Formats: sequence, structure tokens, C-alpha cells
Amino acid sequence: MKHIKTINKATLKNSLKGSGCGECQTSCQSACKTSCTVANQNCLKK
Amino acid sequence: MIHNFKMFGTNISADVNSGAVHVLDDVSYDVLSAIDDLKEDKESRELPPDNDIFEKVSGKYTKDQIKEALNEIKELIEEGQIYSEDIYKEYLPLWERESQIKALCLHISHDCNLRCKYCFADTGCFGGDRSHMSSEVGKAAIDFVIRSSGKRKNIEIDFFGGEPLMNFDTVKEIIEYARKREKEADKKFRFTITTNGLLLNEERMKYINENMDNVVLSIDGRKEVNDKVRIRVDGSGSYDSILPKFMKMAELRDQDRYYVRGTFTGYNTDFSKDVLHLADLGFKQISVEPVVAPDGCGYELKEDDLEKIYGEYEALAKEYAARFDTERWFNFFHFMVDLQQGPCVAKRLSGCGSGHEYVAVTPQGEIYPCHQFVGNGDFKMGDVFNGIERTDIQDTFKNSNVYTKEKCSGCWAKFYCSGGCPANAYNFNKDINKPYEIACDLEKKRVECSLWLNAVRTGEEND
Repeated sequence: MKHIKTINKATLKNSLKGSGCGECQTSCQSACKTSCTVANQNCLKK
Repeated sequence: MIHNFKMFGTNISADVNSGAVHVLDDVSYDVLSAIDDLKEDKESRELPPDNDIFEKVSGKYTKDQIKEALNEIKELIEEGQIYSEDIYKEYLPLWERESQIKALCLHISHDCNLRCKYCFADTGCFGGDRSHMSSEVGKAAIDFVIRSSGKRKNIEIDFFGGEPLMNFDTVKEIIEYARKREKEADKKFRFTITTNGLLLNEERMKYINENMDNVVLSIDGRKEVNDKVRIRVDGSGSYDSILPKFMKMAELRDQDRYYVRGTFTGYNTDFSKDVLHLADLGFKQISVEPVVAPDGCGYELKEDDLEKIYGEYEALAKEYAARFDTERWFNFFHFMVDLQQGPCVAKRLSGCGSGHEYVAVTPQGEIYPCHQFVGNGDFKMGDVFNGIERTDIQDTFKNSNVYTKEKCSGCWAKFYCSGGCPANAYNFNKDINKPYEIACDLEKKRVECSLWLNAVRTGEEND
């Protein structure tokens, strides 16, 4: 495309497959104790 | 729904429901913004008439430029990468199952050798006695999480306080017990300790490095900032004592699997200087979070501070990008949004898991939804000996997600923050489904910075 560069495709829908196994880290266990941020956690399956 | 924003001359559009992120030139950005302004229903894929779009941006660009940009936008809509549908709500029942506890915040000590002014734990005691957890309670907590975690293999234990090093022998006993039990129970325990560092010594560092997957080292940044709030019982500052230990600890862990973690308050709204101070000292894993404090305490963050704080996040993002691929690189916890490797949609809907996947355990073995609820009797869920008795509390937390939070439904950042911190929501609005507004504003700014940093990483920023 000439005008638009996609830096990330529609990855969220792809994650529906096998979603919710719950093996990943809990966000408050990493460094957050007062401000919930989830998108900076990694999926253990990837 | 989409979110369009500009940062440092780069035009970015995030498609909320698909997770797609685009960098646009000026004409396509203006055309897409015009479309979004004209659309009544931001969730629908339906576009306003072409004539209306042309009219809204005419004068700035030629008709051919507008047409070309509009065609690219229409192609991306067709591909489900702009104005994609929210299909996740219908999947919610699939992810509903019995609650399984997979993470504990163990309050090893409700005592502390610091008297930090902003401490949500009431300087360590959480409004109660200055007590220590016994190894019996700790071991019962390990048994509790093994029997409550179902088929989940990975279990996380955070040794928290007060100051957990004030009761370190118990920490060791609990780890030894958990290691003994994990094989027979087919579990894998991962341990974290959160410490203010005063009682760190070589022996303890060695033990922690051999046994803990993650270490959180509390320091707020510049000496004058840290020592204004992170003070000892006698009022003296802690910076000079903890800094050499933290630097050594970070090196012993090869600058990985740890965080130096600070809090910024109304006293240091120029906190980007504190983050960079820590980075310039050589720390590579840094988290500095906004304080959550009641109005009138003197150090709370106010709405009037927001513009200044936004500027600080932007300044930090710019410097952060300048350090990419250099020796001065560091990782900032709140900017580390990896668009490809991020969490699945189920996690993004449900958030931190407090109260149903993650709970806090007091020195006496009482269970609360998370460390921030400890001391509030209304939220006592049970204890590690008898398990969770107040399943109604567990259900309330389990059933809370971005769709149960009215304010989140129209928010573009909902799949990045997952509806925010339930404890903050409760503390400010008395309802875990009503997010704390200032935290929302700050989160949105951080996500914008993170998306811009992703654009820089891919070499697509307009600068």
C-alpha cells in the first residue's frame, strides 16, 4: 500500500484459538502492584 | 472501533477489536479521521457516503489523493483490519469454568523497616498487627494453592510484605516445602520476592538468585525523590544503603529477571528523570508506576497533573527509542507491549485475575482478593486451612471483565489494560466495575507511547 503501512496485523482474533489456558504469569507478579496492565504480559505458548 | 492519534509526527491508527496497528501518511490519516468523525456508530463497518468524506478533507489534498487513500482504507476494512467487529463477547461462556487459583501473594511479614509515606499497606501492617507469617501458615498456603489450581501446572508465589526479608527463614522453609511438593503434585512453582533491600546481604542475594524467578527491588529514582518518601523509622532516607545492593543484585542476575520498581507521586511529576536516573545507573529492567493515593494527602496525582505527566511519558518514550540497540538500552515495564507475543484475548478480557486466579494471604492465613484488599474485612474470602468460603466474592471477581465495565465498552484501550485495577476501582468508586479515571487516562497515554515505539521498532515512524 502506498499510504498505509500495517505494523501489526489482526493478531487478536488469531489468539482465540487455544485462548485462556491460564498458564501465563499473573500481571501483579511481575512488577505491577498498583496499576493493572495486561498487554505487556507474554503468552507462554508463543 | 478505531483510535487515531499522532505522536512525534507519526500518524497511527489502532483497530481495537482486531489488534491491528497502522502507520498512515497525512492524507490517509485525515481521510480516516474524517470517516470516524462522520460515523455515528463507531462500532459498525458502514462508511459515510464518499461525497461527505471528500467534502470534509477537500482543499487539503487532490481528489485523486483522497480517492487513493480511501481505497486503501476500504481494502483494510474488507480484510478486517479497520473497523473490525467485536466477536469476543460470544466466546465468554467458553472461558467460564471453575475458578482455579494459580498465584499467591504471600504476606510474609506485616512489618516493615521503612515508613514510606505513600504505602498502601499502612507502613507495612495493613491496618492490623505488625506480625510475621509462620512456616505452618506458609506451608498450608502451598497446600491450598496445589489443591485449588486444578490442571494448571505453573504456580506463582510472590513473597510480599511489609518487608519479607524481616522473616526470611520462613521464606526459605516455604520454598523448600513447595519444591518437595511440586513433583508429586505435577506443578511448577515460580517464586518472586519484593523487597526494599535494607536487609539484603551476600548470603541472601545468593539464595534469592538461586531460588527466585523474579525479584522486585523497590527504589523510586533520584536520591532526593527516594529519600523524601522512602524513609526509615527514624526519618532518614534509604537510597545510599539500598543502591549498591540493588546494583550488585542486578549484575548477579545478568540484568535479567528482576525489576527495580519505583512509585512516582505528586512530589515528582517529572518522573521521567527518575526512570532515566535508574537507567543511567545501569539498571536494565525498570518499572516506575503512578502512586494511587486519596485526595488531600498531599502527594496524590490530580487531574491538573495529567498534561505534565503525558509530557513526561512522551519525553521518556523519545529517549527510550533513542537508546534502542545501544549499550544504554533499558526495558521500561509499562512500554513493553509486544504486539505479536502479547496475551490471548481471554486474558485481555479478564484482566489481572485478582480474587479468582490470584489471591493474597495474610500472616494469619486469611485470604483476600489481592494485596490491596488486605485489611478490609468485607473482602475476607476464607483462609488457607479451610479454603475459600466466600465463593460469592470469588464469583464477583471472576464475572468482572471489560464487558461488565460500562466505561470500558466505549474505550479504545480496553484490550490493552483489560479494564484496569479492580482494587483501584473499588477504592475510588466502591465498585470493582467502575474504573479509577486517572489510572485510565495514564494507561491510555502509555499505550499510545508503546504503539509509537512499535512503529519506531519497525522503522515506519514518519520522523
